[in-house]
Amino acid sequence: MTHHRKLVWSAAVLAAFSCVILFAGFFAPYDFAAQDRDTPFAPPTAIHFMDASGRLHVRPFVYGPRDSAQTPPIAEAASVQPYPLRWFVPGAPYKIAGVFTSRTHLFGVAQPARIFLMGSDAYGRDQFSRFLYGGQISLLAGLIAAILSVSIGILAGGIAGYYGGWLDEILMRGGELFLALPWLYLLFAMRAALPLHISQWQVFLLLISVMGLIGWARPARLIRGVVLSAKERNFVLAARGFGASDAYLLRRHVLPQTYAVLLTQITLLVPQYVLAEVTLTFLGLGVGEPMPSWGALLSSLQQYSVLSSYWWMFLPALLLIPLFVVFYAAADALQELHKSVPL
Amino acid sequence: MRYLAQRLLHSILLLLGVSIFSFAILQLAPGDFFTPLSVNPQISAHTVATLRSQYGLDKPFPIRYEHWLHSVFRGDLGVSFAYGTPVAPLLAVRARNTLLLTGLSLFLAWMLAIPFGIWTAARRGKWSDRAGGIVTSSLLTIPDLVLFLALLLVAVRTGWFPTGGMMSPGFDDLSIGGKVQDLATHLFLPCLGLVLATLPPLVRHVRSAMIEVLEAPFVRAARAHGIPERRILLRYALPVAANPLITLFGYSIAGMLSASLLVEVVLSWPGVGPLLVDAILAKDVYVVVGAVMLSSVFLVAGNLVADALLFATDPRIRTEQIN
Repeated sequence: MTHHRKLVWSAAVLAAFSCVILFAGFFAPYDFAAQDRDTPFAPPTAIHFMDASGRLHVRPFVYGPRDSAQTPPIAEAASVQPYPLRWFVPGAPYKIAGVFTSRTHLFGVAQPARIFLMGSDAYGRDQFSRFLYGGQISLLAGLIAAILSVSIGILAGGIAGYYGGWLDEILMRGGELFLALPWLYLLFAMRAALPLHISQWQVFLLLISVMGLIGWARPARLIRGVVLSAKERNFVLAARGFGASDAYLLRRHVLPQTYAVLLTQITLLVPQYVLAEVTLTFLGLGVGEPMPSWGALLSSLQQYSVLSSYWWMFLPALLLIPLFVVFYAAADALQELHKSVPL
Repeated sequence: MRYLAQRLLHSILLLLGVSIFSFAILQLAPGDFFTPLSVNPQISAHTVATLRSQYGLDKPFPIRYEHWLHSVFRGDLGVSFAYGTPVAPLLAVRARNTLLLTGLSLFLAWMLAIPFGIWTAARRGKWSDRAGGIVTSSLLTIPDLVLFLALLLVAVRTGWFPTGGMMSPGFDDLSIGGKVQDLATHLFLPCLGLVLATLPPLVRHVRSAMIEVLEAPFVRAARAHGIPERRILLRYALPVAANPLITLFGYSIAGMLSASLLVEVVLSWPGVGPLLVDAILAKDVYVVVGAVMLSSVFLVAGNLVADALLFATDPRIRTEQIN
């Protein structure tokens, strides 16, 4: 039962996180491309409850911009006006699900104050907003690539396992080729084949298909194993005896037994592909500016000066860790569950 | 011997398959190294065409592949467009550096994983086993890239370690001891990154392989005979558990090579990784193919070593062919 509970928890967290990412426009206080050239590399904005005179505010507030010409020391911060944090504020317009336009953001502060929860980058763009919008690119890429891999896996593994013979031989030998290579080299080799100067959306789609194409071998192997044992089960043999066609047997009796493996594989592959996207983009081979993928957020860390002076640029990288923990927990629970539940 | 010959033949076929595959996908690419030149109004279309035919880029795929195979047997692996030299010497230096880094890391990772895995298996269920499990699973969830960036951050912030390269500027003037020390300080961070990235799964596998053996009846019999626990672990259980671990050794090379690619770029180790990334950006086809082939050769060689070890340690494989 404990695996069941673990699965429910991790699935709930993943669903909540996906919602935040899906409605990034609402949860992010700024647009991902909105620049503020006056505040490059601003540290995360401190949120205060108590002002300099020691008075407690019910509503948390941030301090407004200082006159950059004076750059007052901390003691003079008292003279800077507080801007209270407000909920459901109007701001830059964004689209919900690509259709409805809205201007309401979950939180924000009045101009000219800024709220940078995770600091800002070289162009004064809000890292927090970029992280949320970036999740749309990175998670979507991971999800689609995982589904693509698993789909090819079903096709290849199902055919190999069900029909066997020379088809099985060819498909599994081909799969070995993909399993034998270090996957990052393979990913690079395939990326090298793609044109470098094409539109960002094309890069995104190509990246997904490249990643999805590479990873088919492992799910195919697992599915082949399940199909091999499934097709010999008594009820399948009985259905065959009643004259069921191959297509019917596969659809109704054999493939449903692979669903548990499929789901586990998808949960395992998504973080792997998200990481692949992050790595490729980090190295300058993925989606580029102004698209804010997670890899693009990290790529500024390649400059030593950024890495040594602005620690908050490292925050997006750290945020990936808890996300991956949840993904792995979900995959782990799924694996344990379908091990204990007889198929 | 037939077993090993079979494995060797299998590896050669695999390498051929990889070369055709990587060649074919590079062939699919629109544009080549000279495409940027043809956009340049200063360079006539004729010059570009001459350059293309000079490098054989105007030939159809099978002929280019055949040329490339010839170059493999000549030992130069084709020509790098960007450097204007044969690929082989270019790769050789990088391969040496990558081999130094990955070889050392692989050795260290296994030397740490085996005792640690045995220890946690022997103490299964105790708090030290649980603590070890927490450490390995948390290391497992840290993405490689984040780990390497954190190491770079350490190097940049503390200044204790060099932030890249393989040797300091005046390396040639140092004494032997000084050279070793200089190399070691440069090696430390990339090596640490690789070991940390590959260690957790290894420890887990060693642990689970040992636990499986420790539950076997013959171990209980050995305990009943009053044989000391240490002797049971090392002399009775470990050789039996070694079998799946040797297979894992082959696979761990693949993981090591992929991680090494990234660590080399992030921590500027002059290995195959940075060369490959530059070659991809420049569409320097033969360098890309060469680097991919090189990694496959490392991998296949590692798997062959694993096969030979299995042959040496597992009597079942040797008797199989007699029957």
